[in-house]
Amino acid sequence: MIYAGIDIGSITAKSALIKDNKLLGTHVMLSGYNPLNAGIKVFETLLKKSELSKKDITAIVSTGYGRASVNFADNAITEIICHGAGAHFMNPTIRGIIDVGGQDSKAILLDTNGQVENFAMNDKCAAGTGRFLEVMAKALEVDLDQLGEFSLKADSPSKISSICTVFAESEVISMISGQQKRENIIAGIHESAAARVAILATKIKIKDPIMMTGGVAKNKGMANALEGRLGFKFVKGNLPQENGAIGAAVLASRI
Amino acid sequence: MPKHKSDNTSDTKPVKIKSAKKMRDLMTTYYLDALSAKQNNKLVAWITSGGPVEPLVAMDIIPVYPENHGAMIGSSKMGEDLCIKAEDMGYSSDLCSYARTDISCSVVKGGPIGGLPEPDMLICCNNICGTVLKWYEVQARFYNVPLFILDTPICHTQYSPEIAKYVRAQIDEYIAFLENVTKRKFNYNKMVQVGKLAFEGQLLWQKVLDTTAHRPSPMSAFDAFFFLALIVTLRGTQIAVDFYKELIEEMEQRSKDGISAVKDEKYRLLWDNLPVWYQLKWLSGKFSEHNACLVADTYTSAWCGAIKYIDENNFLDSIAEAYTRIYLNIGVDQMADQVLDMIKFYDADGFVMHSNRSCKPYSFGQLDIMNIIKEKTNIPVLMIEADMVDPRNFSQSQIETRIDAFMEIIKQRNH
Ligand code: SF4
Repeated sequence: MIYAGIDIGSITAKSALIKDNKLLGTHVMLSGYNPLNAGIKVFETLLKKSELSKKDITAIVSTGYGRASVNFADNAITEIICHGAGAHFMNPTIRGIIDVGGQDSKAILLDTNGQVENFAMNDKCAAGTGRFLEVMAKALEVDLDQLGEFSLKADSPSKISSICTVFAESEVISMISGQQKRENIIAGIHESAAARVAILATKIKIKDPIMMTGGVAKNKGMANALEGRLGFKFVKGNLPQENGAIGAAVLASRI
Repeated sequence: MPKHKSDNTSDTKPVKIKSAKKMRDLMTTYYLDALSAKQNNKLVAWITSGGPVEPLVAMDIIPVYPENHGAMIGSSKMGEDLCIKAEDMGYSSDLCSYARTDISCSVVKGGPIGGLPEPDMLICCNNICGTVLKWYEVQARFYNVPLFILDTPICHTQYSPEIAKYVRAQIDEYIAFLENVTKRKFNYNKMVQVGKLAFEGQLLWQKVLDTTAHRPSPMSAFDAFFFLALIVTLRGTQIAVDFYKELIEEMEQRSKDGISAVKDEKYRLLWDNLPVWYQLKWLSGKFSEHNACLVADTYTSAWCGAIKYIDENNFLDSIAEAYTRIYLNIGVDQMADQVLDMIKFYDADGFVMHSNRSCKPYSFGQLDIMNIIKEKTNIPVLMIEADMVDPRNFSQSQIETRIDAFMEIIKQRNH
């Protein structure tokens, strides 16, 4: 039997298929402004890629901000539980998850059975989320995907003191005009975002081994900054961005 | 629709609590009396929610609560406008939204009842917070009326003899202040009567709250938030006593008949901090969707939490202690102990904490309380950020995700 998970995030939509407890495939695309359409598209593209059709799928679970809009799903489950299930599926030893997504960052604590014991999310503020990094990348005229590479070349990270995304942006702009090295500014940005996320992890007393999930996990600079803050090394996952969708598919198999 | 949205909601509406209508009528009468006080040659005192109201009742002065008014403003979703008006006047958006709405309402006469009746005096007790001091000073200047401040030191661990002496002396000063403002002698005989009624009212209110220990619970904390208004505003009167007796009867009958506040109650939760007044309906719907009932809260129980210190036969002496040792004026360890007792008594499966942008004394220390509860009970604890009156501090989709995830954790555990 084949199960599907669909994760509609604020920036990207992800889908995953699972068969006999094995991952069949995943797909990622931009969400656009209509979460239902994004759900249909990300699901159908993956089916096509996998040479399957809708009737081959036994159950579907939706997750993410647009989870309630996916009206063809059998169940909607929050991304917190899905990320837990996804991480446990990929690596059953995982106890902690740091998920940094588009408009949310969260820390999740799992028990030894992979069930969520506790979680903490950022409050009504974009500092420490993917959106924060996006705004900064724009101000620096750097591709979002390149932020990580740049920051690895920093020699002395700049200090960003504003927490607020808007103020931090003007701080960054004045650093640019002050001729500070772009690499250092970017490393400073990662430090600032990591500091916000680390608070969530300490709040729930996160435990090792930890996996970083969400789109931002692909940013090496951010991952390094977080590891530095937390004093833990992340267990490498291959599909951090798809982890929520994978978890949703795992939970679909339990319906 | 995804299952979690539709499966658990039912078409049959919960059976309404009959006493609600009477309660609404009583509150209307109370506010009409207060608004027509001048015509009836009665004096009006504004008093903080935790202040000793009984001497006012004994002196036939009508007590009015800006905080209760703030709750009404919040429930009628008029908070944002009034908060913005206060900010336009120069007050910080970090100031308590009760204070902001009250201050701006005095100027623009807005809100659901067109503003409160003007005060003849102000009674401010800082057992709830320090904000009220400056807030009442502002109002004393605005209305140009006398202000009495009752200072209750925080009792982190114990009520020392020094505190006892200090607060008790102020009760006498309070009475002297009332005699001075009203130009009448204090009626000690009536005080005895009022004291007994206040004591009885609090016992009855506690009993109302205790009825939710029944499974399924005949009422929820959302109902308690509503029925609370009488023990706040009419404490020390026969009206409150009679009403709560009827309410208890109705609750006991509902329990006997198996009528529950939440359809198919499966999970029982405890709430911390003030209600989110402008989102009561959405929140109660959200929890019911998960078959969860908020069976109790630390807020409404604050109006009976200190009964153990009251001696009805020695009322004036004992209220010094009772008003000093209320929930917001004790140490975090003691607060956590009360929460632990409640979790046990109401058999709660989870604890929901409202980190309230407005109310600093209530929200400060919540993280410590959360850790103590986690350590000692192992039940899931959820913290949501909001504000009781200012909706600009409420983000529905974020809170929805947190509540859904929290309920999913509880369900997994009880699987
Ligand atoms: S700060 Fe809290 S206790 Fe003080 S008036 Fe505001 S809500 Fe009430």
